[in-house]
Amino acid sequence: MSPTSLVTLDDITVRLGGHTALAHVSLALKPGEIVTVVGPNGSGKSTLLRTLVGAITPQSGKVRRARDLRLGYVPQKLALDPTLPMTVARFLSLPKWRSAPETAQALERAGIPDLASRQMTELSGGQFQRALLARALLDRPQLLLLDEATQGLDQPGSATFYRLIEDIRRDTGAAILMVSHELHVVMSASDRVICLNGHICCEGHPEHVASAPEYRALFGSGTQGALALYRHAHDHSHDGDCDHDYPHDHPHAHPHDRGDAA
Amino acid sequence: MLDDFLIRAALAGVGTAIATAPMGCFVVWRRMAYFGDATAHASILGVALALAFSLPVVWGAAMVALLMASVVSSLSGRGVAMDTLLGVMAHSALAFGLVAVSFIDGVRIDLMAYLFGDILAVTKTDLAVIWGGAGVVLVLLAYRWQALLTSTLNPDLAYAAGLNPKREQLVLTLALALVVAVAIKVVGVLLIAALLLIPAAAARPFSRTPEGMAALAMGIGIVAALAGLGVSWEFDTPAGPSIVCTAALIFLAAVLWRSFKNRPVQPH
Repeated sequence: MSPTSLVTLDDITVRLGGHTALAHVSLALKPGEIVTVVGPNGSGKSTLLRTLVGAITPQSGKVRRARDLRLGYVPQKLALDPTLPMTVARFLSLPKWRSAPETAQALERAGIPDLASRQMTELSGGQFQRALLARALLDRPQLLLLDEATQGLDQPGSATFYRLIEDIRRDTGAAILMVSHELHVVMSASDRVICLNGHICCEGHPEHVASAPEYRALFGSGTQGALALYRHAHDHSHDGDCDHDYPHDHPHAHPHDRGDAA
Repeated sequence: MLDDFLIRAALAGVGTAIATAPMGCFVVWRRMAYFGDATAHASILGVALALAFSLPVVWGAAMVALLMASVVSSLSGRGVAMDTLLGVMAHSALAFGLVAVSFIDGVRIDLMAYLFGDILAVTKTDLAVIWGGAGVVLVLLAYRWQALLTSTLNPDLAYAAGLNPKREQLVLTLALALVVAVAIKVVGVLLIAALLLIPAAAARPFSRTPEGMAALAMGIGIVAALAGLGVSWEFDTPAGPSIVCTAALIFLAAVLWRSFKNRPVQPH
């Protein structure tokens, strides 16, 4: 394990209820990198994140975390029991009490400045995801784990969400590991993509993964957009607004996907 | 002042309400209603054992309650369909307890006192046990409050924050066993679960935060205890059930008031 890694999974195997969810997975996350895990339903993506968080203990292999690692975790689903009253501000103070200015700042950052006194159960899907993110950011995490963080968001909503994630990485230097179905958006923002299907099928630079036969076997021709957008984003700096003036070979994908990458 | 049995009864009721209300909130939030039932019912077996071995009743009850609560809590982690199993355990524990009590000869024990409580017969020692137990429960819950809430909300969030939800579950299990032991004298094993659930449920519609709900539940529990005692005094009704009836009426009023307030305006 490299001494600079935040978390390292060393040949872990996880069995859940008799079936093997993850087999011989090894993975190291370094400070400041954005890593995306893609894979079909039931491929063990959430299991991988829950193992990193410490909620699942693998049957074999080792999980190593940097000392005093601050983790921010945005789970895939958070079913709030309606019997539990909880304002957004109170939710942000779990498990550590936060001052009102801290809370306000976190909500501002997540783009929901006016919702502090709302009940969590009254939030829309997008607002809820942002509240989860605001809470995860309060600890100034060194590693942010996002499990399908944009589900329930519309296209512009998830585009804004991913922009926010990149800002956070830029401003705080946090490493980010996300799980997503939205390949075309996600891959453009990633330093590294891991293609998971119970084991790691392939991993590496987004372009490399998108053209890997293992990846194509899993996702088929639906990757056209991902590849196109990835190249598009790659040739550009992320700060620009994507007004490109160079010729490229994927004109079909751009009018639609541009807004997402911007 | 403590020589007046009514004052002692009132103090016992208030002490019990202070312990059962916040514990009851967790019972509601974590959907542990049957869990509370099973633990409380099992404690009658503890009462029988304590009497048989001439030990303090409260210790016997607390020990068996703790045992039952641990068993139930370890089962609940395994994703088994729980309601049938809990029902089986709750009622068999009660039945075994009742049978065990019948074997105890010598002193005729007043079974009714353990089933429905005997708050008017509370001694100064009982008061010390009730307030001592309630104090321990409160300190335990306050000390672990944030961790308990996070684990209740979502175990994975707790893990990510470096907490161990299983340990927090253990804290709740311990607190529940203590609450049961404390409340036996006041409402009896059959109605302890009611004292856990009803004040918390009545407080829910008026609460915006977990702390608010726990505090309000405490207030409702205290009012129910005192008013129930008053009713029992006035109409010569059994005290424990009268307290639970009062709490139930407060719950009913809360629900009605809330649904009245929230009634949608009908278009003309």
